[in-house]
Amino acid sequence: MSMNAAVGAGRWTPLRVVKGLVLLGFAVYCLVPLAWLLLAPTKTDAQLVGGNPLAFGSFDQVLLAWRHLVDYNDGVLFDWIWNSVVYAGGSLLLSVGSSVMAGYALAVSRIPGRRALLVLTLVAMMVPPTALVLPLFLEINAVGLTNTALSVVLPASFYPFGVYLAFIYFSTSLPRELLEAGRLDGLSEFGLFRHLALPLAKPLMGLLAFFSFVANWNNYFLPYVMLSEESMYNLPVGLGAVISGTPALNPANGGSFLPITRPEVALAGLLVVAPIVVVFVVCQRYLVRGILAGSAKG
Amino acid sequence: MTADLKTGGPGAPAPRVTRPTPKASKRAHRRWDLTGILFLLPYLLLLLVFGLGPAGYSVFQSFVDERGGTGDVGFGNYAHVFADFRFWPAVGNVALYLGIWLPIMVFGVLVLALMLHDRASRFSGAMRLVFFLPGAVTGSASVLLWYCMLEPSLSPFGAGLRAMGFTSGNDVFANDNLVVVFAVIAFVTGAGQWIVIMYGALQNIPDELLEAAQLDGAGPLRTALLIKLPLVTKYVLYMVILSLANGLQLFVEPQLIYGITRSAGSPWWSLNQFGYALAFQTGDFGSAAVISMLLLVLCAGAGIVLIRRTDFLSTEAAR
Repeated sequence: MSMNAAVGAGRWTPLRVVKGLVLLGFAVYCLVPLAWLLLAPTKTDAQLVGGNPLAFGSFDQVLLAWRHLVDYNDGVLFDWIWNSVVYAGGSLLLSVGSSVMAGYALAVSRIPGRRALLVLTLVAMMVPPTALVLPLFLEINAVGLTNTALSVVLPASFYPFGVYLAFIYFSTSLPRELLEAGRLDGLSEFGLFRHLALPLAKPLMGLLAFFSFVANWNNYFLPYVMLSEESMYNLPVGLGAVISGTPALNPANGGSFLPITRPEVALAGLLVVAPIVVVFVVCQRYLVRGILAGSAKG
Repeated sequence: MTADLKTGGPGAPAPRVTRPTPKASKRAHRRWDLTGILFLLPYLLLLLVFGLGPAGYSVFQSFVDERGGTGDVGFGNYAHVFADFRFWPAVGNVALYLGIWLPIMVFGVLVLALMLHDRASRFSGAMRLVFFLPGAVTGSASVLLWYCMLEPSLSPFGAGLRAMGFTSGNDVFANDNLVVVFAVIAFVTGAGQWIVIMYGALQNIPDELLEAAQLDGAGPLRTALLIKLPLVTKYVLYMVILSLANGLQLFVEPQLIYGITRSAGSPWWSLNQFGYALAFQTGDFGSAAVISMLLLVLCAGAGIVLIRRTDFLSTEAAR
């Protein structure tokens, strides 16, 4: 309906028809795989291969796939879910906290070496975290922390992108006069942050939390390298282990006595993806506004 | 002026002593600095331990040759890596992957963002959300999903794949196709986020400019190409450099595709895979550090180019 409303607003020109077709075509390309993933656990493996790819199977089949998945290595799935929550939640708190504080300090206070620190932060922001994973492993190994939650949570809390965003935010949206006024009213330096800066920074923290959560929930390489025990994996690494360690996706590689087949794997994939999709849909409006604000100011 | 004479020559810094309440303001600043440093401390610690630390450690490790048990300092690890039969193919694979993916990305994101921006509507808003959604499926989940999407017997796009001559998964996941497969996956996964950012950048173009173009008789196509496009080049550069840095790290896709198929690719198809294999299969962390160094230098170099070419620190100048 909304499409009709939009198109009806003007004339049909060849350009607009082409435009609409391209946009809709790409939308199909985006949505069909997601729809497939959502439907796959409702079907049996045979139905997946033989039937209509976008048909619905039955809820009983979802339940069956879920039971098989839970049975996999004595319920290690629950460990993975819990680990994912702990790892993503822990790094979210630490990364958002440290970057909001640092961004605030960089924006409003006089610190020796401030500009050098900003440049360093920018460079660090350009270096994807995966580039440092191997030396990080040696470092973590040297202090005997490999295969612990800390080995994933702490490195993932280093969040230069968040510091940069917070710095931009506070240097553009926090009027200096407000701080001066707060000071005259007798607020301490910490009070200024607590009562003036933080309430203003809610949209910023939402944006940082969003990016941090998405990145850390999906984190693969760092936990893959740090964690050696299956029960310590997060969901993405666990899913990776299932799809490369069992012939579920590629039965041609040999049979298996495990009841882990494609519907089970798809259900596991859905577990990884679902929280992110929910967060995306809920945050999309704010996100566009946030990025917009960021780009208007940056 | 008198203060100037008192404190020294004309080049001396502006004296603070001439301010009305010198002592009070000075003390305030000093206390402020301390709070600022306290606020910075957690980040500084993280930067030191998980940023500079491992970076410095890889520099060190890459120059210490421990394969012979001697711990020689020099370029031994570098020579060893460059002579390894797996190194240059991995460089080639990653370069080709970037060479295919980045142009598709730039072209696709710009075309779609300009189309969406042509006319604000609920349709455009809905499309932005739809394009954004595949970004939710990354890492191992995206390998799982796209493996199935490209396997003709499972895929809703099966008819299209068969029409293109791919009748089985083995046809698609052939070694020659892998770079294209990874580029397609990366494009669908990443495009939406950049479309949203690019759209935001387009929104920042002043309305008067677009109205003036319209009055001058520019149609939507000319407005898009001659007015909007040049105004968002900064964001294109930003996108290219960040994507380049991320693309260099390619790991999970080739690792898992090899794990699933056991025939497409190899455990050292990409640079990061090769580094991982060096470290954890041969225990040769010195050579693995060479790979880390290479990736680090390329990413940091790209980052520095970006900072120098754009106004990343512009808020600094405005202060």
